[in-house]
Amino acid sequence: MSRLASGGRIDRTRPIQFSFNGTPYRGYEGDNLASALLANDVRVVANSVTYGRPRGVFSAGVEEPNALVQVGNDTMLRATQVGLVDGLEAIGLNGRGRLSLEPDGHRYDKVYAHCEVLVIGGGRAGITAALEAGQTGDRVILVDEQAEFGGRLLGAGWNDWLETSLGALRSPPDVRLLTRATAFGHYDQNLVLIAQRLPNGGRLWQARAKRVVLATGAHERPLIFANNDRPGIMLAGAARAYVNRYGVAPGKRAVIFTNNDSTDALAGDLKRAGISVEAIVDVRAGEAVLDTFPSPAGGGGQGGGLGGVTIAPLTGGGSRREVECDLLCVSGGFNPTLHLFSQAQGRLRYDEALACFVPDAAPPNVEVVGAAAGDLGGRGQGTIMPYWVVPSDGQDWSTHFVDLERDVTVADVRRALSTGMRSVEHVKRFTTIGTGSDQGKTAGINETAIIATQLGQPVGAVGVTTFRPPYVPVSFGLMAGRNRGDLFEPIRLTAMHPWHVAHGAVFENVGQWKRPWYFPRHDEDIETAVLRECRAAREGVAVMDASTLGKIDIQGPDAVEFLNRMYTNAFDTLKIGSCRYGLMCKVDGMVFDDGVVMHLGPDHWLATTTTGGAAAVLEWMEEWLQTEWTDLRVRLTSVTDHWADVAVVGPRSRDVVRGLFPKLPLDPESFPFMAIRESETAGIPVRLHRITFSGELAYELWTQSWYGLALWEAVMAAGEPFAITPYGTEAMHVLRAEKGYIICGQETDGTVTPQDLGMSWILSKKKAFIGRRSHRRRDTARPDRKQLVGLLPVERDQLLPEGAQLVVEPDGTIPTKMIGHVTSSYRSATLDRTFALAMLQSGRERLGAMVYAPLNGHVVSATVTEPIFYDKENVRRDS
Amino acid sequence: MAEPHPHPDHLWRNPEPRRSYEVVIVGAGGHGLATAYYLAKNHGITDVAVLERGWLAGGNMARNTTVIRSNYLWDESAAIYEHSLKLWEHLAEELEYDILFSQRGVLSLVHSQGDRREGMRRVNANRLSGIDAEWLTPAEVKAFCPIVNISPDVRYPVIGGTLQRRGGIAKHDYVAWAFARKADEMGVDLIQNCEVSGFDLDGGRVRGVHTNRGLIAANKVALCAAGHSTVLADMVGLDLPIQSHPLQALVSELLEPVLNCVVMSNAVHVYVSQAHKGELVMGAGMDPYNSYAQRGSPHVIEDQLAAACELFPIFSRAHVLRTWAGIVDVAPDASPILGLTPIENLFINCGWGTGGFKATPGAGWVYAHTIAHGEPHPLSEPYALERFTTGALIDEHGAAGVTH
Amino acid sequence: MLIPCPWCGDREDIEFKYGGSADVAYPRDADAVDDATWARFVFFRPNPKGQMTERWVHTAGCRRWFTLVRDTVTHQITTA
Repeated sequence: MSRLASGGRIDRTRPIQFSFNGTPYRGYEGDNLASALLANDVRVVANSVTYGRPRGVFSAGVEEPNALVQVGNDTMLRATQVGLVDGLEAIGLNGRGRLSLEPDGHRYDKVYAHCEVLVIGGGRAGITAALEAGQTGDRVILVDEQAEFGGRLLGAGWNDWLETSLGALRSPPDVRLLTRATAFGHYDQNLVLIAQRLPNGGRLWQARAKRVVLATGAHERPLIFANNDRPGIMLAGAARAYVNRYGVAPGKRAVIFTNNDSTDALAGDLKRAGISVEAIVDVRAGEAVLDTFPSPAGGGGQGGGLGGVTIAPLTGGGSRREVECDLLCVSGGFNPTLHLFSQAQGRLRYDEALACFVPDAAPPNVEVVGAAAGDLGGRGQGTIMPYWVVPSDGQDWSTHFVDLERDVTVADVRRALSTGMRSVEHVKRFTTIGTGSDQGKTAGINETAIIATQLGQPVGAVGVTTFRPPYVPVSFGLMAGRNRGDLFEPIRLTAMHPWHVAHGAVFENVGQWKRPWYFPRHDEDIETAVLRECRAAREGVAVMDASTLGKIDIQGPDAVEFLNRMYTNAFDTLKIGSCRYGLMCKVDGMVFDDGVVMHLGPDHWLATTTTGGAAAVLEWMEEWLQTEWTDLRVRLTSVTDHWADVAVVGPRSRDVVRGLFPKLPLDPESFPFMAIRESETAGIPVRLHRITFSGELAYELWTQSWYGLALWEAVMAAGEPFAITPYGTEAMHVLRAEKGYIICGQETDGTVTPQDLGMSWILSKKKAFIGRRSHRRRDTARPDRKQLVGLLPVERDQLLPEGAQLVVEPDGTIPTKMIGHVTSSYRSATLDRTFALAMLQSGRERLGAMVYAPLNGHVVSATVTEPIFYDKENVRRDS
Repeated sequence: MAEPHPHPDHLWRNPEPRRSYEVVIVGAGGHGLATAYYLAKNHGITDVAVLERGWLAGGNMARNTTVIRSNYLWDESAAIYEHSLKLWEHLAEELEYDILFSQRGVLSLVHSQGDRREGMRRVNANRLSGIDAEWLTPAEVKAFCPIVNISPDVRYPVIGGTLQRRGGIAKHDYVAWAFARKADEMGVDLIQNCEVSGFDLDGGRVRGVHTNRGLIAANKVALCAAGHSTVLADMVGLDLPIQSHPLQALVSELLEPVLNCVVMSNAVHVYVSQAHKGELVMGAGMDPYNSYAQRGSPHVIEDQLAAACELFPIFSRAHVLRTWAGIVDVAPDASPILGLTPIENLFINCGWGTGGFKATPGAGWVYAHTIAHGEPHPLSEPYALERFTTGALIDEHGAAGVTH
Repeated sequence: MLIPCPWCGDREDIEFKYGGSADVAYPRDADAVDDATWARFVFFRPNPKGQMTERWVHTAGCRRWFTLVRDTVTHQITTA
């Protein structure tokens, strides 16, 4: 055991049992896994990713490159950041994580916070800044990545100051203190993402701050020498933290290797802990650690651990000496932690005197304080002699590790430069320095310095690679939060949804809506069910929930003018109480959306859209109204969810409707096609529309959503004598296709004009409309464009797959010229055969011709027809 | 366990720019380097400089998610991307560089009936174009990629998938370095830290470029600077229908092998593969606003990871190590612009949007041809700037709703 | 980004839809312009690196369109 008898911030009265690589150990409350492992003399924690070299704890914090562990099913954690809990089972990793198939049982939440001042880093500078800000009454958030505030002070004997200051911070009501919370992303206008570790998961804070104070401290960096990766070699500041904060002796015999004053206090701390200091090697005194050697085999059973160091004069030559030790504390100076500062677009400059990059120009409303600002006095850096790599003894640089996690050595950097690379970014990509899970926190600046030295350039000119979020690894689960499963995206349901569920509907996702796809009876498959549903609509009466149609309420004295500009057809003549089908193009002349436009009253209209297009159409209309046609007095409101829509369809639909509205005249003269009537049934106010999307006599009954289910049930009751049949979207598609009605997004794909669809009749010649000008363009006006046609497979039972490509000559040559594709294809109960719609080059000239769909292994032949298969005379709608 | 270095000992010289060249290519990204290589190799034109304002291949080439496929919807797209894929299939040998090209298959998941129609249409079109394409049932999806969640109980269940087995990934940096090395070897000057600040024009004809390292004369100037295409074009008074947007991507830590193919999902908005060393590489949708900042909004990443966890529950415990953004050139029809310009001797290659990496060899090939002959390669003819006037767009939005 | 809606105040960018350049006017008489001019209106937009005058609409709020000036490099916004 290397646990000291006293001292540190651990609670020796509260032991904790844990295991590492299957061996049970004991630690204490206040330990993290790294300190507990060191206390139990576990020197080798992991093996390196490429060379498989044994590695031990190197740091005491987030910058840890070596001690990567798996805890239970959680992978790629840093032992220095894993709080010790009873029963914890950890194993060391070889630089790669292992994902478990076990479901992630953690709970992840998101919190959105707003404050005047966000202080990041709870060390001396951060606490001071928070105290100051808290006194003004501002909302202040102070976050720190460790389990308790204090940062470096926790290992430096500042306990009294900490207690007083934190006490003072706890009194103002608007100061919020977050520990185990790492600010990892600093985005535009001071949005800061913070990952907070909780026992059973985590919390993602998104804090929007008026002002951010970065008190993010500094990371110590190592000096680089041969075999600088042995377990037992660690950052000087880490050794001090283990002794003072955790009451652990990370070794028995220590050597200190430094180029600055920060190690001055370390020697005393080590001695007080009973660790002998065998040598202090200071490059300022002209010496360096040239190499290290392993402990003798069998000594402690931990192969590869540090056995001692070879010390040599900097000038080369001279006398060398070997010093035995099991702990080598290294300090090469400090790098202000400026990851967030850089993410926020702060600029850095290299400070020659401090031998590090410091903040130059800060972004708006961001302030850097303390060590992060280059005030390294607190870290005791004092004087420093910039020094990076101890030259190789000979020409072998292959054990001078620059990036411990990615196993990259000085040899790799030199090799990159010898290929012709000059940019630090190239070297990074060539060597992988800085791409590990530590993102090179202890390696990056050394890489820059090595390049600079090698190329004879100033360090500042070589620069650093770009800092990107996240500052620390953040789990996918935390970022995803609760947006999983049913909460992945909103689910939109109609008022009648419970009825559909109760009656066994199979649902289809249409955008965010759940729509009944078909209503199987007993064990019917989709094909049988749809044939039955279609037959009911054609022969008797069927009913569909059409509530998902987009609905836009349009009001204002200029509504007609507005509609005339938006739609390709004109609405001047449409009387109050009537509706008209309308088609919209985008500016490029391509079909955008369609629907029915209803004239409800003076200056009052309502337009329906496709289910999927509702939001886009409203946005499109608003854009024109607000940005181009600002003189038009028109107001738009989305009323999609306000209305429930029951479509009663089929030759017996009048009977059902009559049962519901006995006083309403329903003969075609009194209630003609495309007319609107207001009435009520059983106290439910209903607006009736003679609209058909099947070609049959049909009524769309609209009511306010909260009456939707009641109206539906009333319709079902009234329809019972006529065997009314509920149907879903699939039957709806079949019925409309038999009539040759298009579906925007199925027949069209953003490249189809109204003319292509054979809908020139809907293009007004008397007025301008959006997209009209584009129809004259050379390619858009081509006569041989793809046009909408019908297809009848020669084998009347053969179903063309939707998406099948069409050719003229099915001679099997590949590649072959394609002349179109199938957009819709169904079995028709009415036609007693299959049929399809297709977009076909010069389609209207090919009526009666044969086309072929080469499929995987066979060819379907079909005859080209008009894209209408049923009731060409449009008599059924008034039947 | 040491990994052998796949890299040659020498990659490129770092020459000073000469006063003049036959061809100056502006932009040493993947396309610029490939263009230089094919100019030299296919057309014997080696008096070429590739000018790069930063470090070569440091733009989108360094930032993309390396997906390679050719299963595009329209004939024009399929043709150029398939040409590219065929080049990929022999690129490592040709360039004598292990670019880690891996044809592990690109699987596109289908979540809706609309997706299904689009997927079937693409599969059928690809097959008739001679491009391998398969339709998979959910069970076949699961068999091909076992960690995909095909449960019917998720918000948008997987109802099928399309697969191009010849699709896959390659190591983007190595591809760029391989082209750079061979171009350099044949005499092409790769000039880094050389920013173009203007053009030397003689009436309607370009004669060279002004740079921070002086005037460099050229008989032909070829623009190839994705992200900054309009910045350059503005200098010469050339209007382009291009907008620049951030496209974010991210990478996880190294993980033991878990994902054996590339998976994309339009509806659930994510695409992902596991790179050779073991990191998961992911992308999603573009940020909607114009930007040159190489960073985006964090909610795009949140959505992307929610989608990833939804499709692959096993990913929940993986960690994001690094996020970044490239600046993509987006044309109105999501297809590239490649060819001549109204300015004599000035050529343009831009607008690859999110699909530029997979086109690297193909685009380089046809662009080199276009520059060498002063007229479009047959494969790039449909991609002329003219199409925005005639309306003959090649609209890949339907097939490329998600960026990849 | 934090977008300053002139009606609702500062809101997160997820509440908005981007409308692109504000510097493109619909041709006075679309029928009178030639194909090339028409194409410029339909497809060509400024794409400056630096200050951009652009439109946003607060779709998840007041649904109003407005114009602002944003730097496409720093993302700093100055209200137009």
